Amino acid sequence: MSTDRIEKRVVLRAPRSRVWRAITDAKEFGTWFRITLDGAFAAGSTVRGRVAIPGHEHLKVEMRVERIEPERYFSYRWHPYPKDPAKDYSGEPMTLVEFTLEEAEGGTALTIVESGFDRIPLARRAEAFRMNTEGWGGQIKNLAAYVS
Amino acid sequence: MSRSRSAAVLFAALGDATRLSLLRRLSVDGPLSITRLSEGTGVTRQAITKHLNTLGNVGLVRHARRGRERVWELERKRLEKARAYLDQVAAQWDAAALRLKAFVEDPSR
Repeated sequence: MSTDRIEKRVVLRAPRSRVWRAITDAKEFGTWFRITLDGAFAAGSTVRGRVAIPGHEHLKVEMRVERIEPERYFSYRWHPYPKDPAKDYSGEPMTLVEFTLEEAEGGTALTIVESGFDRIPLARRAEAFRMNTEGWGGQIKNLAAYVS
Repeated sequence: MSRSRSAAVLFAALGDATRLSLLRRLSVDGPLSITRLSEGTGVTRQAITKHLNTLGNVGLVRHARRGRERVWELERKRLEKARAYLDQVAAQWDAAALRLKAFVEDPSR
């Protein structure tokens, strides 16, 4: 019953080098993640951008790149979803997002872990919960239906 | 109580390391008495009782009688609501992973 982390594992039918590029090339990352980023990922760098989903372009993103180990591991910190453009998140703790790549039968296994939610202010978690119950969850279902 | 107010109260109750560990204990071993819950924690029975009451006030736990003993147990439905935030983040990652899959498996890219 962790309230602190989520973990996803998916096998992609593509070579490791291809997956690595899709995750660590900021332009490619932005394409599938649907954000427009203003710079390249490098350890210690901060990359800013905006959500590229119609109707959500006012939402800002800030990623602080932590560690890059070629074709194996990529991590960054950010303020987790959802974001309210009217609020200042800069003083709040960030969650850590980690991508780990491994060889797998017929492709590449990717594990995505986001952790540190227990440090996110309670008011923020409650607010996110409210936004979710008021329709954010529906948006996600639409997206999932669109891409699958 | 409005929905957002109710959620705020719920998360405030969850925002404490002792209370989170009590919930973990109850989720694995529960229902348990206060004596059992305070064993090995270095926290007094009085303090444990206070934390359980806080959790009880927002409906995360409830107490029942077992013989002469009073035991505490999880209110699973309420806890699921608290998990809803992480479920939401997880759903977003599910959708993103699907898009990534389509992206890297597309031979034209």
